[in-house]
Amino acid sequence: MRLGLVIDLDTCVGCHACAVACKEWNTSGTTAPLTDYDPYGAKPSGVWFNRIRHFEIGDYPYNKTINFPMSCMHCENAECVTVCPTGASYKRAEDGIVLVDQNKCMGCNYCSWACPYGARELDRVSGTMKKCTLCIDRIYDMEIPEEERQPACVLTCPAHARMFGDLDDPESPVSRAVRDRGGYQLMPELNYNPTNHYLPPRVHAPIPTEELKKKAVRKVKEWVNRVVER
Amino acid sequence: MHPALAVIFLTLFSGGGFGIMALTAIINDFQIDGGLNPLQTMVAVILSLVFVSIGMLSSTAHLANPKNAWRAFTRWRTSWLAREGVFAVLYYPFAFAYLVWVFFTAGTQDTVGLILANLAGLIGLITIFCQGMIYAVLRTIRQWNTALVPANFYVMGLAIGATILAAERMIMGAPALTLVGIALGLLVAAAVMKGIYYFWIGRPNGPTIRTATGFNRSTVRILEQGHTFGTFLTEEFGHTLPSAKARSIKVMMYIFAFIIPVAALVIGFLTGQLFFAWLAIVSVVFGIGVERWLFFVEAQHVINLYHGRQQC
Repeated sequence: MRLGLVIDLDTCVGCHACAVACKEWNTSGTTAPLTDYDPYGAKPSGVWFNRIRHFEIGDYPYNKTINFPMSCMHCENAECVTVCPTGASYKRAEDGIVLVDQNKCMGCNYCSWACPYGARELDRVSGTMKKCTLCIDRIYDMEIPEEERQPACVLTCPAHARMFGDLDDPESPVSRAVRDRGGYQLMPELNYNPTNHYLPPRVHAPIPTEELKKKAVRKVKEWVNRVVER
Repeated sequence: MHPALAVIFLTLFSGGGFGIMALTAIINDFQIDGGLNPLQTMVAVILSLVFVSIGMLSSTAHLANPKNAWRAFTRWRTSWLAREGVFAVLYYPFAFAYLVWVFFTAGTQDTVGLILANLAGLIGLITIFCQGMIYAVLRTIRQWNTALVPANFYVMGLAIGATILAAERMIMGAPALTLVGIALGLLVAAAVMKGIYYFWIGRPNGPTIRTATGFNRSTVRILEQGHTFGTFLTEEFGHTLPSAKARSIKVMMYIFAFIIPVAALVIGFLTGQLFFAWLAIVSVVFGIGVERWLFFVEAQHVINLYHGRQQC
């Protein structure tokens, strides 16, 4: 089993709800708390497992905004685990989830240097490294309804841009989505073989805007706008 | 990369300390310039132990949770950082044993003394290699992901050690012709090796914002980083150095790390003025400290691609 996320860049609206839901769930979860520094001050900062960046792809007028959520990719070749001198970082054999044992971490930052995706953040207060747990305290919780046994970010996403599942199973919905939509990994040249995949935006037919037949009222409005000076 | 003083001091002082120990062993093995007498040997070994201890102690200042530092020796099968810790600690008993042996028997060059000295020197050299590999294995930082990093650590550590030993001989008034020659050779080799390194990392290479986002066939620009103020990632990895400023600091580094020590050793040897011996020591440690600062601040982690950098 290889549990991970598939993120649909076509439908992600960049609302940061996944990051907020993640923070809310995990700040009382297994690696709690996710400390905030100066939360109501001039320079608020803190520990987050999930961060969303926004990129512009292409040049105007053929450009597009892409919202880009990133959390731990739970890599197959998790160098963060290899370099850890204390054994605090480990990758679970049964489901591939990468975790940090908070009781063993000495806060040397070395794993964060080894991570290309910025998944690991040091908590200055506890002095330990913290990262996405794939909501391990939700997905195996037999006390909650089965449909809720998913990471908090996936449950909360209003655009259904996040999917959770087993990427080892070729017939799982996540594997099928990766196959059908041409899902890809980030920075494959580094050979970390991340489990999380990203689905590229669908190719839509462009909506014509220039040749639209204009209504007469609109033509009059535009003429008035041109001749009337403010 | 954030140039943390703790890590700069770790690699600078422990590298120099291991260099002193390795060269002390070699000088006494081959009786170079007549070998070091017991007093000179003890001064050299104590200096080596002090340097290594400064490095080790300052490295614990880099830990956010030092109470778990003892666990850092456990994962030596996979982690170069753990291996470095194991060998650095293993160095102490051999160096101490040699010091004690020389103190009580004055046997700098007898069989037991030489075995202890060479084992301490060898373990020190292995530790320098582990230190270099800590950085060289990181595929996320192309300026570090090269075999030139451990090679540079070696030759710089040995250059510091040779300069200090040559200066020590001059200060203690013993013949130092060959020792000065060794120091000059190692300083020049270190300067050349650093030049090769700068040439190597000067070429564009590695991931770009395109492979980082997967949009390989279009231009990609950052619109928003998604956070109001700094994060751990920007504080740890966001440091850069404008190339003009980097160039002038490199010139200064070359002057202090290589040119002044070479000149001071030659002038001090020819004139017999001890001031120049002290100058060589201070200058080489300061200069290679600046080199180590540059090593960290010039390292550009690929995470910067997600904060707007086109290339790292």
